[in-house]
Amino acid sequence: MSARFDIGARVSVRASFPPGHVRTPFFIRGKTGVVTEILGPYRNPEELAYGRSGEPAMPLYRVSFHTADLWQDYDGGTKDSTVVDVYENWLDEAAGEARGETS
Amino acid sequence: MLRRHHDMGGLEAGPVDPFGPGAEHDYAPWEKKVDAILRLVSDKKRQIMTVDELRRGIEELGPGVYDELSYYERWIASVTNNLIEKGVIDIDELGRRMTAITEAWPAGGVTEAEPKVVPETDGQGA
Amino acid sequence: MAEDHTHDHPHDHSQFQPDLEDKPLTHYQAMTEAVGELLIEKGVISGDELRAMLELIDAKSPAAGAKMVARAWVDSAFKARMMDDVLAAAEELGIDAGGIPILAVENTPEVHNVIVCTLCSCYPRQLIGLPPDWYKARSYRSRTVCEPRKVLAEFGTVIPDDVEVRVHDSTADLRYMVIPQRPAGSEGLDEAALADLVTRDCMIGVTLAKAVG
Repeated sequence: MSARFDIGARVSVRASFPPGHVRTPFFIRGKTGVVTEILGPYRNPEELAYGRSGEPAMPLYRVSFHTADLWQDYDGGTKDSTVVDVYENWLDEAAGEARGETS
Repeated sequence: MLRRHHDMGGLEAGPVDPFGPGAEHDYAPWEKKVDAILRLVSDKKRQIMTVDELRRGIEELGPGVYDELSYYERWIASVTNNLIEKGVIDIDELGRRMTAITEAWPAGGVTEAEPKVVPETDGQGA
Repeated sequence: MAEDHTHDHPHDHSQFQPDLEDKPLTHYQAMTEAVGELLIEKGVISGDELRAMLELIDAKSPAAGAKMVARAWVDSAFKARMMDDVLAAAEELGIDAGGIPILAVENTPEVHNVIVCTLCSCYPRQLIGLPPDWYKARSYRSRTVCEPRKVLAEFGTVIPDDVEVRVHDSTADLRYMVIPQRPAGSEGLDEAALADLVTRDCMIGVTLAKAVG
């Protein structure tokens, strides 16, 4: 397995809303975070859930988000973070988020 | 609805009451049996179902039943549906066996329609 | 089936306590018993396997996780190995942590970790036993990600503003456990006494380890 993203990569979670069994929580879809760890290859739960093999296995990442980026009016301070395990098929490079851009 | 009912991170809900009456219970033997059955049918030796199939089966109970049932009720409902789908157990034998077990039970079965529908307000109050 | 089965009715209800037999059987209890019996009759599982699994489930408690945390507090090399591979570190202590990978996250003066599973109720059962009901409840699963500090306060845990609260949503193939900070004043305690300070809740991250004394 070669992982598409390195540790430290900025990634955005696809804003996709298919039916069926997925393990990407709603609250991070469309959000941008940073890969903090590559957990290794895991079989695809979206396939395993329906009795199929889930092969080929794909990288599972730990993605860290600023909690304040996830919730409007988050009042817990800017340091707080939220880490979610996300399978590679849910991640895109966060190209438009380069530093220096005005948001 | 874009969001599926079991995917609840960020939804409004009442306070957690870690010291209240619903916060803890000693698991009943039948609940542990559900856990044991799942672990056995999904173990390396058998591989009859995966935890992902368990989760899918729980989600597919739908928002009404999902909220009405207790944790291990959801589990056995999903495990059983999976075993039926896979042809491990058939519906006829299951129905007959459930009736036999209930009739042999000293205190009988719960007689009202099952599952009991409890008006769902998150169980949290305001 | 059970060697010590003393009931005389036709099914194996040896797992039920007498007081439960006084209550009517629910639909899902009957389903559980029926599925268990049918799987045994079909040879899919054996009665011995079921009984052994029930014993294994009963044997799991927060004590295993607490033992690991106490060792990590006194042995930084062990802690490093535990952070690297919880299952292998457990084995060093003679603890069978099962086959599901577990990741340990460490509290420090700068970071407080807390674990939740918003999609279901994933929990490191093999190291700390079955989850409390509040962990599986809608309020905890919904709110821990969006207002963790309020949820922690409901457990009586107040995290200073300058400490990062790091929430781990246990959504996929791993389970998480927190290594809490070693309490002040615990320097003179041996490992067993240290383990007594490590509660289930502090390994979920909703509380701190117990204070000394």
